[in-house]
Amino acid sequence: MSVEGTYAPKPGAAPLPRMIRAQALLETRTLLRNGEQLLLTVVIPTLLLVLFSAVDIVDTGAGERVDFLAPGILALAVLSTAFTGQAISTGFERRYGVLKRLGASPLPRWGLMAAKTCSVLVIEALQIVLLTVVALALGWSPHGNPAAVALLLVLGTAAFSGLGLLMAGTLRAEATLAAANLVFILLLIGGGVVVPMDKFPQGAQDALGLLPIAALSDGLRDVLRHGAGLPWADLGILAVWAVLGLGAAARFFRWE
Amino acid sequence: MQTSAAVEVAGLVKRYGDKTAVDGLDLSVLRGTVTAFLGPNGAGKTTTIETCEGYRSPDAGTVRVLGLDPVADGAALRPRIGVMLQSGGIYPTARAEETLRHMATLHAHPLDVPSLVERLGLGSCGRTPYRRLSGGQQQRLALALALVGRPELVFLDEPTAGLDPQARHATWDLVRELRTDGVTVLLTTHAMDEAEELSDDVAIVDGGRVIAQGTPEELCKGGAENTLRFGGRPGLDLGSLLKALPAETVAVELSPGSYRLTGTVDPQLLATVTSWCAQNGVLPDRISVERRTLEDVFLELTGRELRS
Repeated sequence: MSVEGTYAPKPGAAPLPRMIRAQALLETRTLLRNGEQLLLTVVIPTLLLVLFSAVDIVDTGAGERVDFLAPGILALAVLSTAFTGQAISTGFERRYGVLKRLGASPLPRWGLMAAKTCSVLVIEALQIVLLTVVALALGWSPHGNPAAVALLLVLGTAAFSGLGLLMAGTLRAEATLAAANLVFILLLIGGGVVVPMDKFPQGAQDALGLLPIAALSDGLRDVLRHGAGLPWADLGILAVWAVLGLGAAARFFRWE
Repeated sequence: MQTSAAVEVAGLVKRYGDKTAVDGLDLSVLRGTVTAFLGPNGAGKTTTIETCEGYRSPDAGTVRVLGLDPVADGAALRPRIGVMLQSGGIYPTARAEETLRHMATLHAHPLDVPSLVERLGLGSCGRTPYRRLSGGQQQRLALALALVGRPELVFLDEPTAGLDPQARHATWDLVRELRTDGVTVLLTTHAMDEAEELSDDVAIVDGGRVIAQGTPEELCKGGAENTLRFGGRPGLDLGSLLKALPAETVAVELSPGSYRLTGTVDPQLLATVTSWCAQNGVLPDRISVERRTLEDVFLELTGRELRS
């Protein structure tokens, strides 16, 4: 009688859904444990929402300030997770060879990307719940069709993920860290998040309006503040960014 | 298709820009064996291994791993191999046991994680982030990640680099256990003693080609000049000794009273030396026959100049 050795080969991949779920859970846990990421995705949006609602720093036009701010802050939350957070974490995973190591595991690359997307969506859902509760406490009265809001959020996530992954997959990790934070600040100011677009000169407004963050915050504002149906122009801008960003990321992303 | 070769590389060429890293390399690794891939830095070891792992496409030549093309059939191959990269590939803040558990989840029949942790002496590092582990613990975790999926074939890229002697021996024991259990191992190393100690087969690679392959014993014998040393009175007349020995034998007094003969050291030569000593009234106070080590073979084949 022979006893099978401890290491006797018995290879096999786990079922795909199990692999993707495990990877998504690991990525989510890692993000939630990371202090800098939480500062970016939770603390900054919440602080901005509370601060700009309570104090008259910028003139947000007629109506309750929170009704103007809440949609912009939701757009910022998507930006912080899908773009900045994902770019930085993926950039460092690439730098430390984590992506390379996973590349030799049974998890296919598209499965890894699917897991990253799931993880981003989970974090966004947590952000949206938190920010909605805070905004409601500040007197927010949202309007519009939740399905239109969800569509905007999903397209915004796709656009920002593409751009974030493009950056993470082509630049050095340190450059990604610096650039992703810089872009976050610039888009926070110039993307209609807390400062109304009509504060900028007309020419600048036209250009800034084409930014994905501007399209997302403007679209969310149309729906949530004014009860608009589907903001087609904004959805169109986000769709173009999503196609360009994801296409370029798929083409240029380097795994090592 | 079941062949007896776990890895079959023929005429592999891989260039980076105008630099040729691998230049017509042939390598064959039999199933169930431990093969050491030995060579100086920049010889093309890692490039070859990473081509076998499916990370790079060959510029020319063919690579078959477990009968599969590592790039085209990557999805079928990956679950069957275990990979230990030179650069761990683990996030600095990732916790040791969580990382191992996760890799286990990606496989259908993984090893029992607690036993593996125990076996590799990682029991104290469960919740410790990777960057806080000692060098040896980091290496063992990377090794555990390569094994946890119960692969048929493992690629270990410098598995003992930077380890202390205890950790090195623990890793060697584990590699022997893998072979006993039927796992094929291909490892790269600079350490001659490691190659000699562990492997059934050694492939010496230099300048992107395998320049010698065989068992450690085979590599160490053929065409070797062997060495005999003895100690005696200083200033012996070696000329009279050499007259009695085969023509190609060389004798020198390395330091006063310390002599070295190089040539074909066989029982006849030893007998000639001792009878010559008796004739000259010399009692050799020590006498030793040294066989060529793998290190001698390696330096002979790859030269002594420093590599990048």
